[in-house]
Amino acid sequence: MNSIVRPAIVMFTVLSALTGIAYPLIVTGIAQLVFPDQAAGSLIVRDGRPIGSSLIGQSFSDPKYFWGRLSATAPQPYNAGNSAGSNLGPLNPALLAAVQGRIDALHKADPDNTAPVPVDLVTASGSGLDPHLSVAGAQYQATRIANARGLPVAQVQQLIAQHTEGRIMGFLGEPRVNVLLMNLALDALRS
Amino acid sequence: MDTQAWLLLVAYLVALLLLAWPLGRWLVNVAEGRLPRWLAPVRKAEQVLYRVAGIDPAAGISWRPYAVALLAFNLLGTIAVYVLQRLQGVLPLNPQGMVAISPDSAFNTAISFVTNTNWQGYVGEATMSYLTQMLALTVQNFFSAATGIVVVIALVRGFAARSTASIGNFWVDVTRVTLYVLLPLSMLFAAYLVSQGVIQNFSQYKDVQTLEVTAFQQPRIGPDGQPSKDAKGDPVMEDAKTDKQTLAMGPVASQEAIKMLGTNGGGFFNANSAHPYENPTAATNFAQMLSIFLIPAALVFMFGRMVGDPRQGWAVLTAMTAIFVICVIAVTMQEQQGNPLISALGVDQGISATQPGGNMEGKEARFGIAASGLFAAITTAASCGAVNGMHDSFTPLGGMVPLVLMQLGEVVFGGVGTGLYSMLIFAILAVFIAGLMIGRTPEYLGKKIETFEMKMTSIAILVTPILVLAGAAVAVLADAGRAGIANPGAHGFSEILYAFTSAGNNNGSAFAGLSANSPFYNTMLAIVMWFGRFAVIVPVLAIAGSLAAKKRMAVTAGTLPTHGPLFVGLLIGTVLLVGLLNYVPALALGPVVEHLVLWAPK
Repeated sequence: MNSIVRPAIVMFTVLSALTGIAYPLIVTGIAQLVFPDQAAGSLIVRDGRPIGSSLIGQSFSDPKYFWGRLSATAPQPYNAGNSAGSNLGPLNPALLAAVQGRIDALHKADPDNTAPVPVDLVTASGSGLDPHLSVAGAQYQATRIANARGLPVAQVQQLIAQHTEGRIMGFLGEPRVNVLLMNLALDALRS
Repeated sequence: MDTQAWLLLVAYLVALLLLAWPLGRWLVNVAEGRLPRWLAPVRKAEQVLYRVAGIDPAAGISWRPYAVALLAFNLLGTIAVYVLQRLQGVLPLNPQGMVAISPDSAFNTAISFVTNTNWQGYVGEATMSYLTQMLALTVQNFFSAATGIVVVIALVRGFAARSTASIGNFWVDVTRVTLYVLLPLSMLFAAYLVSQGVIQNFSQYKDVQTLEVTAFQQPRIGPDGQPSKDAKGDPVMEDAKTDKQTLAMGPVASQEAIKMLGTNGGGFFNANSAHPYENPTAATNFAQMLSIFLIPAALVFMFGRMVGDPRQGWAVLTAMTAIFVICVIAVTMQEQQGNPLISALGVDQGISATQPGGNMEGKEARFGIAASGLFAAITTAASCGAVNGMHDSFTPLGGMVPLVLMQLGEVVFGGVGTGLYSMLIFAILAVFIAGLMIGRTPEYLGKKIETFEMKMTSIAILVTPILVLAGAAVAVLADAGRAGIANPGAHGFSEILYAFTSAGNNNGSAFAGLSANSPFYNTMLAIVMWFGRFAVIVPVLAIAGSLAAKKRMAVTAGTLPTHGPLFVGLLIGTVLLVGLLNYVPALALGPVVEHLVLWAPK
């Protein structure tokens, strides 16, 4: 029996300490030294206060801001302490109700816009915290935002173009914009 | 599939081969104990450790004590993970004050992480302390991966050996795989992930002031501290507002690295690799996809070299890649096609230069369709189970691809170690079938396949489908099982089938709408995971021991070559035949019905 128990306990303890304590601590040390901003969550700080993270989306419903993806987190959308997707199946009436709800809200805020709505603007992201939106999703909202802010549409379009992140090496990822960063830029235009 | 999706797939396969080939050579050195001189200090420390543990590193053991040591090591792990979860409330590194996990959830999670399944009934950022994430879950990410790898090393030794009783030393194998493979790779990968934005800290969760005030509804909490219910039993909702967002923090990168490299798949956060703090960019996404297949592919190269014929490895790799590519194409096409019911509402699901289009429900904008479909195929071909999009919201046939890949027995690259040993079991079955057809005693890699090997092969191949189908049947019949269903209709059945498929094959991904954090599912799935893992490992070790004791026969004109296209076809055929025959009726009731309903003319 001792030929099993002693090796098992010694090896388990030593390897646990190595992989469960030493390894995460070393990685933390390297992270804090070399990449302190990233390790802390890529926070956006204004006047000494954190107002968000460039990696985590926020909820927007004011017509003067770009709206991002739908978020299925509970209880409030974009709850970064409780990430989740909707997990609604393609036939689920609740999915179609959520999509219709977003379409109605978009049309209500911008009744003249009759273009088909880009799909990512009416669907919930997997994390519920998606910071991005497709370029089409942003362009769809340009007129509304320009009207709400009394800006020329071209200026909003230009802002979208400035914030567009392309594919890495032409095939990795999707062309997109960061919704929070664009909204901060919109507010900065005014002042 | 559009051009970008093709480019992504080709770039992925090329990058994988370029990385896996050198790692395969290194794995041979580690398995055979031929380590370079500059590692001498570490090897000294290794020797000290063996002395303290009372292990003779030079002594090989037969398969039975090897299996006993493996089970003891894993049993100890199960107990440790359980106890740490139950006691986390009084242990350090718990800035959010997380309380003890309930007994059934702790039991499920303990088995889940020890068996390399990493099925998660809990919400990581809302339930687990940092200490539990590190010392319980990260540790098992390493140990379960190491366990899988040493089993395949033992099996390959069985093929390579000539008339010996020994298949190696479990403790030495586990230590070396951890020290010389998993730890250094994880360290590098974790550092890369942090550089891209994956967090790594021990801070309290951070409150930030949001740009806009969010209005929402939340359940009203009654005087007893519980959510109030109305007469029908539904929760009473009340209006609420907040201008705060709480960002969950933690030592994520260190866990993320081994989560992918060890094909574990259990996320630090609930949303797993869809969460921007786990997988912030398209580049990290590509790296994560590579890290899932890296060791499984490298092990195939190791296998070829260790049995003295690299062509044998290429044959297995070709069979795996062929099935994989077909599945990637299928899932990508289905998801790019989108959902006809959403199109009918006036939504643009077309692919264009400015949007990914397709079925974006449950997917992230930075990944779009191509990188989400590819990820889904990779994570379920390997028994990883990490997700960067929610499989529950995939189109019916798009969601069937992950199901099928798991049901084939996790042999398409598969989990670290598990994938290759399961595929070699299928290879044994394939030569057996071929032997029956041509009337010769089957042999594989010069070893005669006889009654004992075929008995063990039958157990290893049949135990998982039995667990999956019987488990799903019980859950469908039980009230407690049906109570967990989130989506109506055929999709609800798919959720249950997916859960048991994932548990039995130790994958860990989910149709996550299923409310599985209940005593019923926690217990049922834990049992399925345990036997899905160890009721396969023990027969595989038995085969390893039996093969090691046999002579290696010379190749003659009558030997069935196992490196050519004929054998590759035979192997693919065997895998598909067994997988499809077992599961087609169940698939017909789930995703196939759903697909027909979705696309039926209105």
